[in-house]
Parts: sequence; C-alpha cells; structure tokens
Amino acid sequence: MSDRKTLQVQRISGHPGPVAGAGMQREEQVCKLIDTTTCIGCKACEVACVEWNDMPFQPTMFDNTYQTMPDTHWNYWNLIKFNEVTNEDGTFQWLMRKHQCMHCADPGCLAACPADGAIVQYRNGIVDFQEENCIGCQFCVSGCPFNVPKFSPTTKKVYKCTLCSDRVGQGLEPACIKACPTGCLHFGTKSDMLMLAEKRVKQLQTVSGFKEAGTYDPQTIGGTSVVYVLHDASNPEKYGGLPKNPRIPLSFTIWKNWFKPIGLIASMMAFAGVILHYVTEGPRRPQPQPPVKEVDGGEGKKEN
Amino acid sequence: MTNGWVDIKNTDMMLIMGGNPAENHPCGFKWVIEAKRNRDAKIVVVDPRFTRTASVADQFLQIRAGSDIAFLGGLINYALANNRFNHEYLVNYTNAAFIVKEGFKLPEDGLYSGYDATARTYDKSTWNYEEVGAGAHASDTHSHAVQSSPVPPPTLPPNVAYDLSLQHPRCVFQLLKQQYSRYTPEMVERITGIPRERAIKAWETFTSIRQNGDMKKAGTIIYAVGWTQHSSGTQTIRTAAMIQLLLGNVGRAGGGVNALRGHSNIQGATDMAGIFDILPGYLKMPVPADTDLKTYLTRTTPKASKPKEWDSFNYWSNTPAFTVSLLKALYGDAATKENDFAFNWLPKIDRKYSWAEIWDDMYNGKVKAMMAFGMNGVMIGPNAKKNIEALKKADFLVVCEIYPDETSEFWRAPGTTPEEMAKINTTVYRLPGAGFAEKDGTFVNSARWLQWKWAAVPPPGDCRLDQEILARIFLKIRGKYQQEGGKLPDPILKASWNYTNPNNPSLAEVAKELNGKALADVTDPKTNTTIKADQQLPGFAFLRDDGSTMSGNWLYCGSWTEAGAMIQRRDPADPSGLGIHANWAWSWPMNRRVMYNRASCDLNGKPWDPDRKQIWWSEAKQKWAGNDVPDFKPDSDPKSHMGPFIMNPEGVGRLFVPIGAVADGPFPEHYEPTESLIANPLHPSQSNNPIAKRFKSDMDKYGTPDQGYNIICTTYRLTEHYHYWTKNNPMNVQLVPEPFVEIPAELADQMGLRGGEKVKVTSARADYIAKAMVTKRIKPMMVDGKKTYQIGIPIHWGYRGIAEDAGKTAKTPANYLSPAAIDPNAYTPEFKGFLVKLERV
Repeated sequence: MSDRKTLQVQRISGHPGPVAGAGMQREEQVCKLIDTTTCIGCKACEVACVEWNDMPFQPTMFDNTYQTMPDTHWNYWNLIKFNEVTNEDGTFQWLMRKHQCMHCADPGCLAACPADGAIVQYRNGIVDFQEENCIGCQFCVSGCPFNVPKFSPTTKKVYKCTLCSDRVGQGLEPACIKACPTGCLHFGTKSDMLMLAEKRVKQLQTVSGFKEAGTYDPQTIGGTSVVYVLHDASNPEKYGGLPKNPRIPLSFTIWKNWFKPIGLIASMMAFAGVILHYVTEGPRRPQPQPPVKEVDGGEGKKEN
Repeated sequence: MTNGWVDIKNTDMMLIMGGNPAENHPCGFKWVIEAKRNRDAKIVVVDPRFTRTASVADQFLQIRAGSDIAFLGGLINYALANNRFNHEYLVNYTNAAFIVKEGFKLPEDGLYSGYDATARTYDKSTWNYEEVGAGAHASDTHSHAVQSSPVPPPTLPPNVAYDLSLQHPRCVFQLLKQQYSRYTPEMVERITGIPRERAIKAWETFTSIRQNGDMKKAGTIIYAVGWTQHSSGTQTIRTAAMIQLLLGNVGRAGGGVNALRGHSNIQGATDMAGIFDILPGYLKMPVPADTDLKTYLTRTTPKASKPKEWDSFNYWSNTPAFTVSLLKALYGDAATKENDFAFNWLPKIDRKYSWAEIWDDMYNGKVKAMMAFGMNGVMIGPNAKKNIEALKKADFLVVCEIYPDETSEFWRAPGTTPEEMAKINTTVYRLPGAGFAEKDGTFVNSARWLQWKWAAVPPPGDCRLDQEILARIFLKIRGKYQQEGGKLPDPILKASWNYTNPNNPSLAEVAKELNGKALADVTDPKTNTTIKADQQLPGFAFLRDDGSTMSGNWLYCGSWTEAGAMIQRRDPADPSGLGIHANWAWSWPMNRRVMYNRASCDLNGKPWDPDRKQIWWSEAKQKWAGNDVPDFKPDSDPKSHMGPFIMNPEGVGRLFVPIGAVADGPFPEHYEPTESLIANPLHPSQSNNPIAKRFKSDMDKYGTPDQGYNIICTTYRLTEHYHYWTKNNPMNVQLVPEPFVEIPAELADQMGLRGGEKVKVTSARADYIAKAMVTKRIKPMMVDGKKTYQIGIPIHWGYRGIAEDAGKTAKTPANYLSPAAIDPNAYTPEFKGFLVKLERV
C-alpha cells in the first residue's frame, strides 16, 4: 500500500467504524476523458493495461469481430468494444468505445460489498479493489451497473481497473492514457475534463454535424470519474451497451439503506441486552473441565 | 512524404486513400486527429472497406479496388471545371503552359502515341516538349526504322515553347483538360462503383480549399501501398501529385503528397538503394552501354529544359559530384581519376531484376542461391507458392532472422508430402540475427528523418548484429578471392573497408561514411569556407567530381558533420509552431522538413498564407530566409523566375511527364487490374495496362470471370500485428488470434454463411482457408452495372507462429492467392484487387 500513500480514503466497503477522509472537504476529483469520436480502436490502451498490471496472457478465440474478447475479464480490465451500427437515417458507423471501470461517485460495487476494506473509494474519486480483503462473494459483480468487476475462479477474488491508483498516487497518468497515440484519452481534474468534453461536443455539433453529440457523465450514480464524448449521447446503448441511466440495483440500495441500519440497530440492541444480562446476572462462573490425555512422541516425529 | 508526419497538423483538408493510417500508423495518426481537433480539418476517406480510418472520417466512399485513377481523374476534371485551382501557381510552378510536341496522342483508345504491340513498349519520342522554333519539323517517330545504329534516347529541349495564356491546343493544360474530360461523374461511377453524387460531394469537399483560386488554405493527400500495389500503382500516385500541383498544395505546410511507409526503415532502405535500378541517393544504375564514367554521366546528368526567360536550378546537374563521391566511398584510394574512379567495378543492369523477377529466375533454375536478411521472402511476394517451389530448386539458402520463419522452413509449407521433403536438396543456413531493440543505428521514417536509436538490450545468446554477420561473410569471401583469384576480383578486393573493427563495424562509423568527408581541402567559392582534408562535410554543396570528397549517399550529407551527429539530436523545440522541430534528428535533404517549400510563397517570395510562414524572400538580405530550411537556391531573387521544383530540369512541377520518366504514359490513365470483372469502360479493347509485366511460368496463372473468379479480393495488415513477426508474440496473438476473411454481410447471407465458419478462397493460383468475418463494413457495389462483391484478407499468418504451431490455422499464406503482375515503374506486384471465388468449407 506504500505506493498509494498519497491517496486518502473516503469510503470503505463493509466498514463499521469511521473513515479518515469521509466528510472532509473534497479533494479535486480526477477524471479520465474518453473521446470516442477520435478513438481509432488501436488497442494500445489494452496492451498498456495488460503490461502495466503484469497480467497473464490468455488464449482468445476469433469471434467475428475486431474486438479482442466479448467482455472484460479478471485479467483484462480494459477492452475496446467495436460496434457496427447502421443508423435510422441509413448512415453507417463503426463505433469504438474503450470499456473499463467507470469509477462512479456512488459505486454500486462498494455499496454491495460486505467485506471490510475490500473496496475503497479515494477522495480523488478512484474506486479501488483491495484483493487482500476480498472474500470472493461477487456481490460487487451484481452491484455494478456497467458489468465491470470480474471473478477469477483460480484466486477466488474479483478484479477490475484501478484507474492506475498506483500511478496516480505518484502523480502519473494511468497507463492507458500514456499509451494512447491519437490523444483521444485525456486525464486531469473532473472539471477540466468536462470543459474539454464540452468544447469537443460543441465542435462535433457545429463542424462535424453530429447534432446529438454529448458528454456521458451519468448523474443517476452521482457522475463518474470516467467521462465519454459520444457522437450520439441520446443513444449510448449503441456503443456496446453503455446504459443510458445506470443505477445501482435496487436490492443493494435497499440492503445498504434499509437493512443495514436496521441490522445495526438490531445488533446494538442485542449488545445492550448482553450488557443488561451481565448487570443483572453477573459474570459467567467457571465450569468443571474434563481431564485431557497427554500425547507423547510428538517431539521425536518432528525430527524425522 | 514531401512533408512530414507532424506537418499534417497544419492541414485544412485530408484525402486519405490507398492507405489506412489509423490501422497501420496509429502513432502518426495523432497529427490527423490534431488537425481535425484544432483546425476543424475535414477527412475524406476512399477505400474498398470501411476501415478504422474511415471510422473517424467526415466522408467515406467505398471504391472498387484498383480503380483509384478513375476517381482521381474525376477529381481533376471537377477541379478544372469549377475553377478550383490557382492560376499563378499553375502557370509559374507547373508545366501547364509548356507546349507538347506535335504527334503526341492521348489514350482515347487506351494507348499513347508510340506503342509497339509486339515488344509491349512505347517509343517515347513524342512524349516531349516542343522546342522553340521546332514546331514545323516533322515528327521523327519513325526515323529510327531506317537507321542501323540504335537511336539515343530522346532528351528534353533546352528552350521549351510555352503559352502563358494556356490556350495553345497542345499546351499541357489543354491536354490535361482533354484527357480528364472523359472522367465524367457517370464514367467514374461505372468504373469505381461510387455513386456519382457521393463522388461529386467528395470532390467538392476536397477542392473547396481552393475555392476561386484562393490560396489561404492547404490540403494534403495521404496514401500508402493501397495505391502502390497495383499494375498501375505509380500512375495512381502521379495522379495525386498532379492534383496537388493543380491545387497548389505542393511545398506548403499542411499540403503535399504524403506516402506513409509501411516499415520503420523502408524509407532508409529506398534511400540506400534497396532496389535494383538505383544506387544510393537515387543515382541511376549503370547499364551495359555505359562503357565509361563519362558516358554514364552524360546519360544520367540532365540539362535544364525550360522557357528561355525562366531560370532552372536543375539540381541533378550535380550528378557527377554525387557519383564520384559515392565511388570514392565504395572503393577509397583504389578509385582514381586514371581508372575512372573505378566506375567499371559497379554492376551494370542489362534487364530488370525486380523482386518477382528474382523468384521467377530461381523458379526457372537461373538463380541458385539466396540470402534473406530482415525479411520473410516467401511470404512477402505475390504467388507465394511459386516462391516456395523455387526455393526447393535452389542449391542453398541463407536466412538471418530472429524467429524460425516460413522462408527458413519453406519445406513445411502446407501440402508438402514427406516424399517431396525427402527430395528437397536445398541447404538452409540459419543465422541468428538481432532484433531491432538489440541494435543501434538509424531509422529513416516516412518524414525523411534520420533518427539514431540506441540499443536497449544486447542480443541474447549466440545472436549477432547484422553488420557483424555481413562483415564476416564479406571478409571470408574477400579472403577466398585473395587466395584463389576469380573473375573480376577488384570490386571485392579493393572495396574500401576502413573500420576500426573490420569484423564488426560500428554503425556510427558507417553513418559518418555515408555523410562523407573531404579527402583534400575543399573550398566553397561563394562563402569562402574551407573544409580541411579528413573533416566531415557539412552538406552536399561541398561534394566534388574530382575525387577530393567522398560520401556514401549524397542525400545524407549533412547528417553527421564536424559539429557532431545531427541524427542523434533530441531537441523538441518548435518556435514557429509549424511542427518543424529543426533540431530533432535530421531530415534529408539538408534538414528541410517540407520539400519544395519555395512553392509555399507567391512569385514575389511572400508566403501564400501569412499564418503559416515557412520561408520567404528577404529583400534586405537578398536571401531566402525561413522557419524551415529553404529548398531552393538561397540567393535566387524571385525576379529571376527560378522554378521551385529544383530536382526537375524544368524547375517546375510536372502535370505532364515527358520522355518516359514514367513508363506507361505522360498522363495517368485508368486501366483495369490484371484480373478484372469488367472490360475497361473507357476503352474495352485495351482494358489493362499495356506494359504491365506478367510472368509466363506454369505457376503464373491469371484468372478471369469466365473461369468463375467472380469476387474482388484485397489484402492488408492489421494494427494488432506487424507483418509476419508478431504471430510469435503472445500479446499480439491475444489481440487477434487467428487469420480471417472479411466478407460483406449480404454475400454471406446469400451463401448461408455465418461469422466464424470456415471459408475457402480460391484464385487462379492457389486457395486459402480461414474463418469468415461477416461484416457490414463492406457493402456490395454496382460496377459498370453489375453487382460486385469485394472481400479482404489480412496477411499476417503463415505456417510458423503461435497459432500456427498450435494447429489453429489452415497455415496458408495470404500471398498464395495474389498474382505476379508488376507495375512497370516501381515493379510492385498487384497485391490488391485480384479475382477469387469463395466457398464454404
């Protein structure tokens, strides 16, 4: 964790106690801007991600597409989705969208995660998995509105893009940004990225004739730390299933917002009952123990 | 590239055709995106497929492979009809006003004047300018018939007749108009399959930068081997050059004709004469008739040919200095004035020795051995099966590689039976080479930059650097000659080999040798600077024809001077903001970043666009000054009317190419690909390029639609792979694991074919099996009224590699399919736009 020391945590999954960074004045939020209108699908970001994170290779299968694999994988966090789209007006587009964790302001994964400290959100907006605390329950997988976290059957843990928190913590840009040859990927503060996106959207609308061009920063999950520029923001679904209004599944909201407080109250009441019991009944008296048989030869065996 | 990668950011308009830079040059493509983002530049993409480049284009037009000249000819016609050219540029910087000799005939019937049907060549004597006062003379086209001795090749007249009003019926401008008036939108639609309204829209968009001749804006044309790899490839590129001259885009920031090279150092390979018909620095190769140096120099040194009132720098008049300096670099002290600087030790070419000819010769038993370095010989040529058969007949083969490849294991080609293998007597020597990151040296990129690179890691194990392998072979051979003598031993015994470590020359020493040095004190009379003997030369202006200088490649002179290695510079500063980066590496010629940049100024020497000032005439200093190095005579006052195209004897750009500098015609004409579905709508009786080369061996078959070859096939590369190497690298294999064939969805529907199912592609030469990629990115098109389908095959797989060794592919190289049909100028085979049939497996 030493390489992430400059990152302050503001939310921790499954954590009952106070969080150091919570409620403090917000640090400037970091953001990745992906301009799909200048992406050429070269996959440099895919390779950079695999290499920076030292991911093991896996065999892939030809699947009638330029896309490397159908979806992200536990060891493949960054995937360009290729979509051949014939629009209603007959125009044809080959849309390429870099797909990875969106680093939501209200992360569904974190909400769903029951393991203390398995998922944290830093004050700069990065949502990061801490594999050492992951219990492999895969609640985060169902909690994510973008289908990002992936389970490894080998390690029994879940993985996803970290927004290169190790690099960002050291003041570097994420590996995918560094590798992008066309500059369709940008990295900076959220406000700067939104400004840049706005400028590009205006250009797309006025110069390139994309009337529906827009920025994708869904407010249904409080906005994201990964923002897209789309030629057609009215229909993000055509960019390989980007949800128009992503939401954390209701079950997790209910669990987090209703059951957890109720559970907490219940457990506190149980604890109060225990105290009451102690006060009224006093401590437990020692019980008589059964005799224990000595095991011999243990030392000698060890020497063999 | 006339310009450079970075310069693309200066453009207002891009025509990307015959290339897919987003796929094959993703890093360079950043400048395309920058122009788009920062200058609102428009991109028009024309390609047989909707490519990665097309995905970010403003307009995409699907063209039939092999019909590019028709589309571009239509563009010329459109520009001429709609006043989309600049009169001042056209009249003064091109040969538009020059008058062409009487007797010259345009190819209305598919043939220019002078065609000899039996020899399949042209007599080019009418392809010339008219000399002042010579108009009344009868044509001498047939005079040679009565002469017994061969006529000398035609030469350009020194005093060219011209008509600045451009009205003379035989002036280049009128002939140009006449030639391309036949390329109407209707005709272009028939030939290319592009609906006329879409073609007109694209022409309108591209030429809009020159609305009413206004010179403020600039447009670039970007291409790659999608234009080159046709039986009329050179002429396609000529058409682009003509468009750019007509529109006044050459020499300008954001303009030019820009070839994207497909390998990191292919420009360097060309500069250093990796082709049979040139010597380093594009000097011409001697022929048997060049019995001595003088004859050779007389033949190859052009004389100025221009209107009397104009001036022409005619830079190739320095050919003698370049040639003698090269001979001094090759043969050192053994090259003396007395022995003609050892001119007769140079090889002389009696015929063509292009790539496909070498293999044909080996197949026919004439070539007995091959040394293959840094390339996968059987994979990169057309009709690859023939190449494999040829190797089976060779005595020996030497391959220097970093992987076992298809060439070094040619006997593993699919279909070779164990009995056949037993009969192969070719001895194969495999030499362990070093990879690019294990070597230092230079890359010359598309922008003509010589950039030094340093080795990242040493070669592993027994691997050796190329120069060590070559040096040791050379020294061994020289030792043999010393001991045993031999035919013409001098070129080998006396070759200059003055390296500190002769067995492993340092590439820094070689680079310094290419730059060249003074062998005696040399003084420039104009500046009165003297370069002392043994000092590195600062530039090619110091090269001499008397043996007092040496230079391995005159174009590289200036790259490693007394001031140090210019090629190792890494200063990114760019004060003008034009992307010139004058102190980053070094660009030939003389660190000029945009060639012919005199043409970026008007006749008076003022930049056409004051916001993009490249160079200008400084009245105060009476010199050309600039942000870039002027590609011009530094003190030539604009009043002297010296032409900006200093490498042409005319001094101006050639809309019309005289005396056969291009073999198949002074103007490009659309010819059908060697294998075509239709007869040429322009002239059905002369459908193909009359002088494109075909081969005659039993393995060289060419298909026709009658034989059932009814689908057009094109081949190309993917961004995920690099030629035939990366199939050995797990990361690349993970990105694209297997070969595939891209098939239009409509065609697949007809065949009941689904994506991922195997298909067999068959040409007249061989077949190829891979999985189908059914896509909407290739649409059916109407060509000359017939519904036509095109398919595409990426070339990366063969019979050695990760997927191949795991038995995942059919192991056939894509070039099993392509025909050995050769462009008559660049000798490039027709890898794109041949005929196949398609079946389910």
